[in-house]
Amino acid sequence: MTERILMKGNEALAEGAVRAGCRFFAGYPITPQNEIPEYMSWRLPEVGGTFIQAESEVAAINMIFGASACGARVMTSSSGPGISLKQEGISYIAGAEIPIFYADIMRGGPGLGNIAPAQGDYFQATRGGGHGDYRVIVFAPNSVIEMGNFPRICYELADKYRMPSMILADGLLGQMMEPIVYDFEPIDPKDFPEKDYLLGCTEGRERRVVRSYDLRPGYLEKNTLKLEKKFKSIEENEVRYDDTNMEGADLVMVAFGTASRVCKSAIPLAKEAGMKVGLLRPITLWPFPMKVLRQIADEVEHILVVEMNIGQMVEDVKLAVEGKSQVHFYGRPSGSVPVTEEIFEQVKMILKK
Amino acid sequence: MYQGVIMSGFGGQGIVSAGILLANAGMIEDKYVTFFPAYGAEMRGGTANCSVVVSSEEVSSPVVARPDTVIVMNEPSLHRFESQLKPGGLMLINSSLVAAKPKREDIEIVFVDANTIAEKIGTLKVANMVMLGAYSKKTGAVNVDSLIKSLPKVYKKAKEDMLKKNQEALRKGMEEV
Amino acid sequence: MEKKVFKRTGGLTDIPMRYCPGCGHGIIHRLVAEVIEELGVQKRTIGIAPVGCSVFADEYFNCDMIQPPHGRGPAVATGMKRIRPDCVVFSYQGDGDLASIGMAETVHAAARAENITIIFVNNAIYGMTGGQMAPTTLIGMKSTTSPFGRDVKRAGYPIRMCEFLAALDAPGYLVRVSVHKPANVMKAKKAVKKAFQVQMEGLGFSMVEIISQCPTDWFLTPLQAVEYVEKQMIPYYPLGEYKTPFKKEEGKKEAKDKIEVEFRTDFN
Repeated sequence: MTERILMKGNEALAEGAVRAGCRFFAGYPITPQNEIPEYMSWRLPEVGGTFIQAESEVAAINMIFGASACGARVMTSSSGPGISLKQEGISYIAGAEIPIFYADIMRGGPGLGNIAPAQGDYFQATRGGGHGDYRVIVFAPNSVIEMGNFPRICYELADKYRMPSMILADGLLGQMMEPIVYDFEPIDPKDFPEKDYLLGCTEGRERRVVRSYDLRPGYLEKNTLKLEKKFKSIEENEVRYDDTNMEGADLVMVAFGTASRVCKSAIPLAKEAGMKVGLLRPITLWPFPMKVLRQIADEVEHILVVEMNIGQMVEDVKLAVEGKSQVHFYGRPSGSVPVTEEIFEQVKMILKK
Repeated sequence: MYQGVIMSGFGGQGIVSAGILLANAGMIEDKYVTFFPAYGAEMRGGTANCSVVVSSEEVSSPVVARPDTVIVMNEPSLHRFESQLKPGGLMLINSSLVAAKPKREDIEIVFVDANTIAEKIGTLKVANMVMLGAYSKKTGAVNVDSLIKSLPKVYKKAKEDMLKKNQEALRKGMEEV
Repeated sequence: MEKKVFKRTGGLTDIPMRYCPGCGHGIIHRLVAEVIEELGVQKRTIGIAPVGCSVFADEYFNCDMIQPPHGRGPAVATGMKRIRPDCVVFSYQGDGDLASIGMAETVHAAARAENITIIFVNNAIYGMTGGQMAPTTLIGMKSTTSPFGRDVKRAGYPIRMCEFLAALDAPGYLVRVSVHKPANVMKAKKAVKKAFQVQMEGLGFSMVEIISQCPTDWFLTPLQAVEYVEKQMIPYYPLGEYKTPFKKEEGKKEAKDKIEVEFRTDFN
């Protein structure tokens, strides 16, 4: 597909997953992600895949658990309230080291909240989300192009590390339309890497067990330490970020998703007013770009974190800079999207101009 | 060139599809575009609005907080978006349904009798296209030919006759301003 | 010359089971394993272990196994069977797993006519956690969370799963059996076999509810537990087929009232 087509973020994401080889989707309706299951309900049968509208998010995550353990590239999607319900399954899947991919198209919370764009699920996503010691690879797109193209990377990493990976996007990214071109050719499930842990036919091999428990004293610890090693390797090798205008910046903004685009739009305003302002956009929220932030902190006095919540990623930024820079925060929670002028005002206030 | 536009009216007036059409037209002109619908909980009869950005440069913020143009399809939309319009901005008003007049004097106001024109074409449904035609002529954000070319892509299920009526409405809208 | 008249089924691993004396799980495991072996599907069977006493089923069954969250067996089975329709998929579940926390997954897998088999072990108690009240605990029955006996005013009534699921159009095969006497064990095995055959023939959702005994948490001797099944459990949970694809339309009432089961034998 070289022709640019106008697509909704949610649909681009669904199509991107199918092109990346997704052949099994189970989900439950919730705004603002409904276009994903709707798209999958007709698109998957076209490629011989399976779509199931599950009875609940709890069932959906477990359906993809089973399907992935049998070798399919799988997906589920939801928004905050539903992602909360899926956490039980995600924890088991992480413990059993089965690859899955899912998307959280965030809305305002807590509770039922509202259906407007928000970024309040950062903690839930980057800390694992469910019970126990584990992590989930979290990608934060900020355009429809990335919504469509990130699923392939998410699948590859999920397979490589045998763990859940996810896209964390706010409702605006799910609902907005932009032109998109896919940067990869559709992947045939026949070309998936071989997996030696799948369940099915035991002809010519030992029986296999997929489980997340081990009641033998000391054994679970060993396994969790093995997971830790894996997580460390991911932190070392899979960090992705994007930066703009960093050269000689007096202030660096840090933002992801929609907030990062609003921040970017404030850069020209700052420039006009004679201020050097840069932007660091974490693309992976876990692993978080700790090292680059540490470097920035060596050179830049002010860091402004902008989020559509009351301050979640800002904690990671503070951990990274270890007090070397002043970390400021500006947040619009529960469904409000900041506008360019607001960000510019914050920048002016901090730089006292 | 940067045009941030908000279109607003009742649900069912084709606000969202007009917005998508505009974005599609901008895209085939190789411009940068974003389209964002207000996705309320109401399915029908509520207010509907969407924002579109058409720009010659990459669109950073998809949020249109201070629109360059507001297309007003009903009266509540006038009250809702009048204050947000940029100074010197353009307000296109469907005068068939909006009796009130904006209070602001620092904006350009253009009235289009969109429903009457649409009825003459044969269906009220194309009132949105009349407004969009007027918009493309007034702002030059996109060419009307690109809008016409986008019609079958946006209205995938529309019959030939309906596409023609949409086309006619776009042209009539242009002639109005 | 000696003739071998009994051997351990290859459907089970060599790992010694750790179930309590008198517990029904060991018998039921064996029945399921024998059926898998006899049907010749052991190399393409995937089993799902529950959360509860029989969580260790993933060690005992000699086939691929998965251990999902509590109650989610039917959802996991759904995902597996849709991806591997060539495999035989069964979910082994207790009463808390199936009829309490996993009720939604059970009902909806049945309603979607998922082509899977559920082995539902109903012993009216939460065994592993120490004898708490189950959704199937009988009225008046004592447990560690109904120490004065299950009081319907406070804890409601037990759930009859076969009757409940029989209200749906979709399920292919629903049957209730017990393993408290040798004759019942034989019947139970036939029911399990039939359930697997229903799946293998693509006839939809099949569930074998097996009334089992838990002497430890019932605070009875194994013998007393067997008697309890006979005198208390079975009267509340009548044995029999509640839905079968092999007979003509059978009124629900008729099935419900029937205690002795007639099994079709042309499969055996």
